[in-house]
Amino acid sequence: MVEAVLRTERLTKHFGGLAAVNDISLEFFTDQIHAVIGPNGAGKTTLTSLLSGDLLPTSGRIVLDGEDIAGLSADRVSQRGVGRSYQKTNIFLPFTVFENCRLAAQSRLKSSMRFTRPALRYDDVSREALRALAEVSLEHRAQELAATLSHGEQRQLEIAMTLATRPRILLLDEPLAGMGSEESARMVALLQRLKQAHAMLLVEHDMDAVFALADRLTVMVNGSVLESGAPEQIRASAAVQEAYLGTEELHQ
Amino acid sequence: MRHSRLAAAVLFACLLALVLLPWFAEKYYIQLFTKMMIMAIFAMSLDLLVGYTGLVSLGHAAFFGLAGYVLAFAAPQYQAANLWLSLPLAMAVSGLLALAIGVLVLRTSGIYFIMVTLAFAQMVFFVFHDTKIAGGADGIYVYAKPVAAIAGWEPFSLENHTHFYFVVLVLLVLVYALLRMLLASLFGRVIVGIRVNEQRMRSLGYRTFRYKLVCFVLSGALAGMAGYFAAAQFGFVSPDILGWHQSGSVLMMVILGGMGTLNGAILGAFAMMLLELGFQGLPVVGGVDIGKHWQLLMGGFIVFVVLLLPHGLLGLGRLASRLLRKPAEAGDG
Ligand SMILES: Nc1ncnc2c1ncn2[C@@H]1O[C@H](COP(=O)(O)OP(=O)(O)O)[C@@H](O)[C@H]1O
Ligand SMILES: [Mg+2]
Repeated sequence: MVEAVLRTERLTKHFGGLAAVNDISLEFFTDQIHAVIGPNGAGKTTLTSLLSGDLLPTSGRIVLDGEDIAGLSADRVSQRGVGRSYQKTNIFLPFTVFENCRLAAQSRLKSSMRFTRPALRYDDVSREALRALAEVSLEHRAQELAATLSHGEQRQLEIAMTLATRPRILLLDEPLAGMGSEESARMVALLQRLKQAHAMLLVEHDMDAVFALADRLTVMVNGSVLESGAPEQIRASAAVQEAYLGTEELHQ
Repeated sequence: MRHSRLAAAVLFACLLALVLLPWFAEKYYIQLFTKMMIMAIFAMSLDLLVGYTGLVSLGHAAFFGLAGYVLAFAAPQYQAANLWLSLPLAMAVSGLLALAIGVLVLRTSGIYFIMVTLAFAQMVFFVFHDTKIAGGADGIYVYAKPVAAIAGWEPFSLENHTHFYFVVLVLLVLVYALLRMLLASLFGRVIVGIRVNEQRMRSLGYRTFRYKLVCFVLSGALAGMAGYFAAAQFGFVSPDILGWHQSGSVLMMVILGGMGTLNGAILGAFAMMLLELGFQGLPVVGGVDIGKHWQLLMGGFIVFVVLLLPHGLLGLGRLASRLLRKPAEAGDG
């Protein structure tokens, strides 16, 4: 049997009296996209932040390559090969598009305690940054300031930054939110490609994309898992229909 | 492109003027400009923290002043200290103090960072103010300027005000070049990233605390270099040199000139000291001694600059160069 690269065991996060993530056990495999859906406030972003080290869990374990990483800081988690993007675009707005990715790529050098050689003369780093930009088709905007990009382009840039850190595990929090249909289609194709070599957590509201991409699907409601399994199984579930998919379809 | 070429030309002209100054100016002005360049080094060291890393320190005088005291200790009575030993020592002591303080204060941010840097600097102030280790509140004299002897040979003498001037000018240029190199390096990119979005830097895998700490120590050591020469020039060190007044004053220089540019820090230091003199020299008008109330004018001026020029005096230069270029470009086309 294939071992999960990443799994959570009874992961829980309380904000005061609120259990934003409640007793969640999930597994992530390379070559698979594990999509997490659920209404706003379900705890999807909190779950992502626990996995990325941005938040410390109240209890439970996060096992990466057989080792418990719950409690490690975000920079350590990142260095272990977990890359994330944020639901609320989180980039360096005053920097150029290229510099955003270059900084991300630079993080993979053994150390940045280097004080003499100009950063731009590290050709490997620059090449890696351009490669990541090419993945999201943003090379032509490389020299623009990130702040001048459209919302959709900023979302793409954020994905490129995540890729520039060469993660093995991707945690993507609503990567398609705010993208035009063309950008969306391109991103779906990219995620399909990335699936080959990565384990992926995909939090997404776009149901067409979710069902096109997901190998596993977990539905969260109020911090807990309502259902988890193969996409077809979820689609057929009466509980899910009632709690989530049904209402979603009503809106459309 | 054109903007940066113009800036380089202006910078070069300023440097040329500084190099030529001793041939045209009297002793008083040579010493005045020496002092301004010392403050410019101090201001640049703070700009590294405030303007580039986004750490607003209100206790930077502690590192400046401590180095001055180190010189005073290294030159007991009428015996001169050796420059080549006492300068690195003073910078190392300031750097160590920055390390000790930095380890504690860099865990905070924003307003808390401002408060704890101020608190630690005040602690250092009271150590010198309330104990007799260096003359207490009365201060201590540095009777003899450091000697630059290397095995009996003295390439220059700091007792000579022109030599002193050139030594400080060379250091100003060196510190400027060092910081420019640093800011273009991998390290420099990291600290600027930290200013813009520290949380994102962490999630990209950077241990931001370490970079901030190195920056803090380096900044403290450079402030120490400035403080060492300030004490050597003035020939006297008292607790005022590391008080919050001094910290506020250097922060003002950085803000006045324009943060995060180095050039702005230098401009701010020069401008503030010249303005101080200018305001102090104002005459008595209708029974009111305007010059005596120079601090009021200075305060007003700084408020004026901060409100109208978000990028400091340097922003004024940029504005002017853009206005000058407009007609020229119209002519081109
Ligand atoms: N930092 C926080 N402090 C307090 N409550 C929070 C915090 N972050 C999220 N929450 C709460 O936790 C719940 C889950 O939020 P979130 O994880 O953002 O949900 P989702 O991403 O599924 O929309 C919400 O009720 C939200 O208000
Ligand atoms: Mg969310």
